[in-house]
Amino acid sequence: MADTDSLRAEALARIAEAQTLDALEEHRLAYLGKKGSISLLMKTLGGMSPEERSEAGAKLNALRTEVADAIAARKDTMEAAALESRLASETLDLSLPAPEMPMGSVHPVSQVMDELAEIFADMGFAVATGPEIEDDWHNFTALNMPESHPARAMHDTFYFPDADEQGRQMLLRTHTSPVQIRTMLNEGAPLRIIAPGRVYRSDSDATHTPMFHQIEGLVIDKGIHLGHLKWTLETFLKAFFERDDIVLRLRPSYFPFTEPSVEVDVGYSMERGPGGTSRRVVGGSGDDDGHAWMEVLGSGMVNRRVIEFGGLDPDEWQGFAFGTGVDRLAMLKYGMDDLRAFFDGDLRWMKHYGFVGLDVPTLSGGVGVPA
Amino acid sequence: MKFSLSWLKDHLDTDATITQIAAKLNAIGLEVEGIENPAEALAGFRVARVLTADRHPDADKLQVLSVDLGDGQPLQVVCGAPNARAGMVGVLGTPGAVVPSNGMEMRKAAIRGVESNGMMCSSRELDLGDDHDGIIELPADAPIGSEFAAFAHLDDPVIDVSITPNRPDCMGVYGIARDLAAAGLGTLKPVADRVHPGAFACPVEIRSDDREGCPAFFGRVIKGVTNAQSPAWMQARLKSAGQRSISALVDITNYVMLTYGRPSHAYDLARLNGAVVARRALPGEGITALNEKHYLLDDSMTVIADDNGVHDIAGIMGGEHSGCGEDTRDVLLEVAYFDPERIAHTGRTLTLTSDARSRFERGVDTDFLAPGLEILTGLILDICGGEASEAVHVGAAPAGGKVVRYEPKLAETLGGIAVPDEEQRRILTALGFEIATVSDGGADHWAVTVPSWRPDVDGAPDIVEEVIRIHGLDDVPSVALPRAEGVAKPTATPMQARERRVRRAAAARGLNEAITWSFLPMAEAEAFADEPLWVLANPISEDMKAMRPSLVPGLLMAARRNMARGASSVRLFEIGRRYLRGNGGASDERLTIAVVLAGDRTQRSWQSGKAQKFDAFDAKAEAIALLETAGAPVANLMVMGEAGAQYHPGQSATLRLGPKNVLARFGTLHPRVARLFDLDGPVVGAEIDLETIPARKGAATFTRASYTPPALQAVSRDFAFLVPADLPAGELVRVVKGADKKRIVDSRLFDEFRGAGVPEGQKSLAIEVTLQPVEASFTDADLKSVSEAITVAAAKQGAILRG
Repeated sequence: MADTDSLRAEALARIAEAQTLDALEEHRLAYLGKKGSISLLMKTLGGMSPEERSEAGAKLNALRTEVADAIAARKDTMEAAALESRLASETLDLSLPAPEMPMGSVHPVSQVMDELAEIFADMGFAVATGPEIEDDWHNFTALNMPESHPARAMHDTFYFPDADEQGRQMLLRTHTSPVQIRTMLNEGAPLRIIAPGRVYRSDSDATHTPMFHQIEGLVIDKGIHLGHLKWTLETFLKAFFERDDIVLRLRPSYFPFTEPSVEVDVGYSMERGPGGTSRRVVGGSGDDDGHAWMEVLGSGMVNRRVIEFGGLDPDEWQGFAFGTGVDRLAMLKYGMDDLRAFFDGDLRWMKHYGFVGLDVPTLSGGVGVPA
Repeated sequence: MKFSLSWLKDHLDTDATITQIAAKLNAIGLEVEGIENPAEALAGFRVARVLTADRHPDADKLQVLSVDLGDGQPLQVVCGAPNARAGMVGVLGTPGAVVPSNGMEMRKAAIRGVESNGMMCSSRELDLGDDHDGIIELPADAPIGSEFAAFAHLDDPVIDVSITPNRPDCMGVYGIARDLAAAGLGTLKPVADRVHPGAFACPVEIRSDDREGCPAFFGRVIKGVTNAQSPAWMQARLKSAGQRSISALVDITNYVMLTYGRPSHAYDLARLNGAVVARRALPGEGITALNEKHYLLDDSMTVIADDNGVHDIAGIMGGEHSGCGEDTRDVLLEVAYFDPERIAHTGRTLTLTSDARSRFERGVDTDFLAPGLEILTGLILDICGGEASEAVHVGAAPAGGKVVRYEPKLAETLGGIAVPDEEQRRILTALGFEIATVSDGGADHWAVTVPSWRPDVDGAPDIVEEVIRIHGLDDVPSVALPRAEGVAKPTATPMQARERRVRRAAAARGLNEAITWSFLPMAEAEAFADEPLWVLANPISEDMKAMRPSLVPGLLMAARRNMARGASSVRLFEIGRRYLRGNGGASDERLTIAVVLAGDRTQRSWQSGKAQKFDAFDAKAEAIALLETAGAPVANLMVMGEAGAQYHPGQSATLRLGPKNVLARFGTLHPRVARLFDLDGPVVGAEIDLETIPARKGAATFTRASYTPPALQAVSRDFAFLVPADLPAGELVRVVKGADKKRIVDSRLFDEFRGAGVPEGQKSLAIEVTLQPVEASFTDADLKSVSEAITVAAAKQGAILRG
């Protein structure tokens, strides 16, 4: 058995030199196969004395294991090298463009309406709706604007030649206020609603479009007074602009459907934006240096007649209402300066001013979307 | 309403600055829209005397003047005015001054070779009137060298106040002064109460035959007037109000209206014949009004007429024929009360607005007819001379003295601010209200008598408004709304929640949300209308005339605009209402989402080669995905035809839940429609009616049906069928899936083939069927029975299993 050392040396050398898997397999068969040289030596163990066998057996077993391990190790090395070289041939230029998945966008008006719904939900306001093709009773009469009322003429109303079965003139609603009447009639009191939606005035210039968006708010309950209105508007505007320094100025005014009526101004300053354009930034008192007031809301305590038209007893229920322009709120918050672009559908404008679909306004995640 | 500061101070004794006055006006509800000082525009225009006037050496119509500004250094000025002459006093614009009428800055210049150091100005050049026949001539004693604006009473800031329609009393300077006095900004001066008894009886009979439209008609004649220009101070006042000076008589009536909110009319007596009567117009009667337009009247309107015809559209506008002119010697004055509704109706019918109408229709002071007539008379006698007749008072304005029951605590319970009773009493009294305390069984209340000039006040909330607007609205403290008890519930309805979800899903799928007009041009609307449209009676333009019956046309128009700007791929959606006819003459407005895809679905690329256009399957993919987001049972939808005439007849379909319930339509737009909208190439679209989608079942609970994923692995088998070429593949997929409801969980078409090996008129469809064992693995017999069931079910559709 003196030749195992040379056999070992020979086998390990050949395995190390093997260049292909086939060659390696040949070596495996030559040493470890049924008729391999190591296997043949193993067979000679049977003719040995127990002493010889125990010594030679241990040696041969160790040799067999060592050769088998060497073959496996050599195989791993060769396979790793083969994979390396295959992968090297499969290189991609990953600077090439990937298939595109276009990004869509949500219109700023929709985004702001969702923001408003979120803010008012926190104050317990539900969202109410009504028809845009209205009748003159809901749009005017029930809001304390009888036919001869001068305020009717100030509304620049779009009319249809049609009347409904009750003989009421059909028109495009000039404000979201008829939703007040419909909601009072349908749901009674108490109520806390906002009513966002499209409204129409026959007016078109740089700052007016014949269609625009308003949001109406209505609270009907017991013991509601002007102080509640003021708090609601302050809370809403602070939450919407996400600023604590919003200052409101209330001015007496006149709307047929409220009494007393209040117009609400908010303080702002002009700040230079990118490209040297200056824009209005809401915050601070309008009486501060470099500040001014801007009208943002109409509001008031709901007129007793309107409460009656809503089918409620004004001695039992009172409340407030307010209305403002959604497009204008969007412009003030997000910096658009041309209302007409809102309704053009220009993809370039949408990509710039639109919102990602998943930018859902939430109270926990933030109601507004930073630029 | 515009007025100058000095005009206000005629009626308000105050030391307040213009800034303080403006702040207070805003605080009490008289919104200041602007403050302007006309003297600023007239800076550099000075009173000057013409010393000499010689002919220009090189121009027949020009003169070379030597003009004195009082500094002993006469200036040479070239002037073309025919009335320029030595000795006259006029207005010189000096270099640096800007001509108000055209914005040109004056410079030293040579005119036809002669140096000119300024310009002698006409009224028109200074925006002071229409006169351009010659330069302004000032009285000989005008202070030479002084600023013209100061001399002409124009150095006087003008305040522009927006008057809300409930405050006719503030459509006169006096009413504004009264409000300011009540707000603590000075003392209101009393109205002059000079009465003119009259030297003779009124020679004209005055009557009202329409006591409803004209309950009161006061008047008198003034004989022997001279109707020249009104005095400079009055012209300045009128100018501050934005009114042109016309003649003394007309100016005086306007001045009384602007000062006291009291319209009146002066007729040239020589043009009248017989009794002057307020009556209904006769059908067919007409009048040429002072605006030189002719109006056809009807018997719903009140007019002032004599034996010859109509002279005045009562309370709105006088007639041209009997208006006062330069040669008017004798006038009849009319101070009347007209019914506000009548005036509003007449004005609206004639689409005629005027300063008088806006006051009468809001309601003028019912107690100010006689005082108004006397003030008018006094001004005419002072300015135009003449002799007044006795005044005639026919009828009476509706009695004022409205009494409102008021409890002072209402200021707090409605107005949100506690105002002490004494302060409330002071405010109301200053505004002209009278208060009587009434005890009724322990609790006192106030009986508040409303002044005759406040037709808007008729209830306790109005009194609250008066109190808090003068007390200070800004002092109302904020009070939090009480929070509802318990846990917040969703405030959006299921439909609103669905709308939001679908919008976000569409944007996440790469679609851009547009908001397009609710109105369309007729042709574009009609192309999408299956029933009569809502068409506006008074559209703002022909392009915005019909209410959209679908959201697709608006998106197509937006797509066209984008393509015109060079966009190669347009993916748009809109969520909004479409407007159809509903029950009882009302509208049927359904919330809809529409999608329009135009141009390239994918751009040309290194991977896929040429750009690929959108096709009907892209529209189908959007429709299905959005329906699924909206909660529709997508697996149960049937694809059927009849998407409508707007779509390609062979490349469009509806998605229905049952044969009649159409949830969506989609497909390639009809080439004719694409052409109408000026769009090249295939344009595809989809429309989903969000309101017909049924609410998800079990929506009332959060708990879902119990489910454990099966332990055994699903098995898939492929089937290929030969079917008639016109069999919808979806039908085969559906029946295959239904062939063994227990075992088959899905069937999916993966190949459609026509051509070699497939007989003419047929096609081959290959379907992968997924089978799910439940309790034990499938045996060969199980699989065989499923195969047979599938073959039988498919055969009913004319499908033959391929070998």
